Amino acid sequence: MSATPHADTARNIKVWTLDDLVEWDRKIRDKADEFGLSYYPQEFELCDHTGMLGYMAYSGMPSHYPHWSYGKSYEKLKTLYDHGVSGLPYEMVINSNPAIAYLMRDNSLLLHILTIAHVYGHNDFFKNNFTFRSATRAELTIESFKAAAMRVRRYVEDPSIGVEKVERILDAAHALSWQCRRNFAIKKLSPLEQMTRAEDTAQGQPDPFQKIHARKTIEVPDFHKVPLEPDEDLLLFIRDHNPFLADFEKDLLTIVDEEAKYFISMMETKIMNEGWASYWHKKILESLDLDQGLHLEFIVNHNQVTRPIPGQINPYHLGLKIWEDIYRRFTTPTKEEIKRDGPPAKSGMEKIFEVREVERDASFLRRYLTEDLMREMDIFEYEARGEELVVSKVADDEGWKEVKATLIKNVGTNSIPVLKVEDADFGQNRTLYVKHDHDGRDLHIEYAEKSLNYLQRLWGREVVLETVLDGKRSLLCCNDRGFSVRALK
Amino acid sequence: MSGDTIFREYRISDAERSDRSAGDRLRHRQKVRESIRENIADIIAEESIIGKNKDRVIKVPLRGIKEYRFVFGDNAPGASQGDGDSRPGQVVGKTGKDGQGKGDEHAGDRPGVDYYETDVTLEELIEIMFEDLELPNLERRALREIQSDYSSRRKGYRKVGIRIRLDKRRTAKQRVMRMLASDKRLNAANRALEESKADREADAETDVQGALDEIALEEGTLDQESLDTSPGVAAFQRVRRRFPFHQDDLRYKHVEIDTKEESNAAVICIMDTSGSMDTMKKYLARSFFFLLYQFISTRYRNVEIVFIAHHTEASEVTEEEFFHKGESGGTFISSGYAKALEIIAERYHPSLWNLYAFHCSDGDNFDSDNPAALKDAEQLAEICNLFGYGEIKPLGSRYYESSMLNVFRRIQAPNFHTVLIERKEDIWPSFKAFLAKDRVKEA
Repeated sequence: MSATPHADTARNIKVWTLDDLVEWDRKIRDKADEFGLSYYPQEFELCDHTGMLGYMAYSGMPSHYPHWSYGKSYEKLKTLYDHGVSGLPYEMVINSNPAIAYLMRDNSLLLHILTIAHVYGHNDFFKNNFTFRSATRAELTIESFKAAAMRVRRYVEDPSIGVEKVERILDAAHALSWQCRRNFAIKKLSPLEQMTRAEDTAQGQPDPFQKIHARKTIEVPDFHKVPLEPDEDLLLFIRDHNPFLADFEKDLLTIVDEEAKYFISMMETKIMNEGWASYWHKKILESLDLDQGLHLEFIVNHNQVTRPIPGQINPYHLGLKIWEDIYRRFTTPTKEEIKRDGPPAKSGMEKIFEVREVERDASFLRRYLTEDLMREMDIFEYEARGEELVVSKVADDEGWKEVKATLIKNVGTNSIPVLKVEDADFGQNRTLYVKHDHDGRDLHIEYAEKSLNYLQRLWGREVVLETVLDGKRSLLCCNDRGFSVRALK
Repeated sequence: MSGDTIFREYRISDAERSDRSAGDRLRHRQKVRESIRENIADIIAEESIIGKNKDRVIKVPLRGIKEYRFVFGDNAPGASQGDGDSRPGQVVGKTGKDGQGKGDEHAGDRPGVDYYETDVTLEELIEIMFEDLELPNLERRALREIQSDYSSRRKGYRKVGIRIRLDKRRTAKQRVMRMLASDKRLNAANRALEESKADREADAETDVQGALDEIALEEGTLDQESLDTSPGVAAFQRVRRRFPFHQDDLRYKHVEIDTKEESNAAVICIMDTSGSMDTMKKYLARSFFFLLYQFISTRYRNVEIVFIAHHTEASEVTEEEFFHKGESGGTFISSGYAKALEIIAERYHPSLWNLYAFHCSDGDNFDSDNPAALKDAEQLAEICNLFGYGEIKPLGSRYYESSMLNVFRRIQAPNFHTVLIERKEDIWPSFKAFLAKDRVKEA
């Protein structure tokens, strides 16, 4: 799913027909094909504002399992919309094959043209970027969400289960759903493969001079340890290792985990994806020979969407800037750039198509966000000092690298703490030992406590979380007696 | 590219179908209500709601429905874009709950993007508060119900009824349904139906008349001769395949009668306004009276409230005076009770009124008055649905002041109840206990 924010201008005059859209879509597709975009078949659905709010609340899915949090999200969106705090997106695309996009019927013709072109950009990205290719199967998206919805509804309606028991699991699972693997291109080893690897590691490299060396003592790894290697997939781990879960509870965990994995790719490529779609809607619309009126409207709207927003990172702006910069550096590099990087080995077009396939936000920024760009966009780092957020570093000669590192730490899944299950039988007590990979950022303690309660609910026994608080190693414990924090040596 | 783009036009029916969040919204609102109910003791303890008008909007914290995840805390720096001229040390926002000035917002990756307050009106709050409280001694009220209102309304359809309520349209429909269901040669029936549908619908009224006449004939209230001349039968017989109405086809409108009972209740608030009752004590007393009055109001249609202030003498006062007038001097509790008994005898006869009396005091009574107070209290307990005594002892003062709790322990009446209020957090639990203890005894 991907959504373009709404411009402030309200245009409610409908001066187009469906045939116009079909006609423009054909022109846009001709251009897209010419430029070499490769996309799934596309479906557009026109909807009104209630429909759009509904899709937004349910992440764009035509069918989705019920849970009160979506009702909450709908109410919130609606309140914001009704009070004019935020507008509605022009469109919404979901990563499926065929790709489905929703268009607001109240929009003007130009907005539809812009949106359709934008949607093809997303569509191409969904089809080609490695995060989507490794984590999701676009042809199954709609069906699997629908099947999950039906299963959850069945559990809710089942008199022996009912909504309370379903919510008990879903509430907890939602709290933990982002605690899963982030890069699906890296294969997760099965327990057996992990065992083989542990064995190989223990034996070490074969020694060609074994005979003349003292015999190495091999430390036999503990094959009974669960898990053998720290496991990031909290929900799946609980599903597979808590023998007291009922079948429907295991199924609910699977459903939530699958949905989270679907959205991880979105999260991981927000800047790239929006930048890419903006790049292509711009390029396509510029090549369409729009008449003057449409062209002016296009410029207004394009600038509205891709403008920098001080105090925030606008992914449309940042993404578009970087894509344009890559293209420029590989097409018309400056002398200094040639001196520094050598002459470009590829054409700009080849390069951006390659990048859109193999990067995600973190690597995209790391490789292609240059010092010059950072200065130009005035990206800074801020931190909390008392009640205020204060600029701590700016993109100058000394600070730009650190500012960039901070930015990267805040994109995609980097903004989610990494938690790994270390031991499912800590203290021979079936206590779940989870460790937070501390990277300098402490956990929000209130949120950690509540989330840990959910973890305990699913695990059914005591859970402990090792983390660092104010520079001290600490153990957060959550058991039947409540929550406590213990300092570790 | 393979395949053509599909455009799906907007359809109203789709838009209606797309209100799929209705169920989840309902569930969310239920959770909000639950959350409010769980936090009610805290809300009551907040000073601002007592004595405010019913339309007042109150911000209620929602603890149960905040969605938690593991997130980073305050020591996590962020990055964002400036206006082209950012300098270290410049203030760019606040660490408020609105997440202002923070980087891009992914679903819940920062605390504080979640709202956790909701607005409810005082009236709603009161409704939620009292949802699971029952009024004790309701069986006594039954005697005092006076029927005040009478209305009738339509409710559904029945197979039996009086002729005047016969629903002809539904009856005709039933016959058609039965005909379709009973006919084994469905095709033939369909054909017959097709042919006769038009006139049958047009003549439904006369049609039914014909059938009714037939029934009347069977019942013997109509003779064959007048039947043959009935216009209804002529129409009826135009249908090629004769399929008469049956008793089972008849449908009657059903009417229900609503009665509303007038029910009267009087809340008698008695408060000690002697010198020892300070503002804090009065505030606690007031909160309790507020709850009592609001609760009684939700259960009776007509509620009157009487304020009696007493020190060594008692007088009936206005609400304003009741809560704000400071008196000095000693305390004779019995004077307040005597005044209450007097007012009841004058205006609220127990056979017509449900009486709820509650007395708040700090228990600092003259010892010589205790026997009289005890006697009057017993008498009040006898005529009231519920009579309570609340002793207000802000923390600490309990040990050096005398207490009436020991004196009143001697009262055996099941509808008399004493509570001890030491701080604002006690109000709600003691109010619940006040109403609940009696219920246990009844059961």
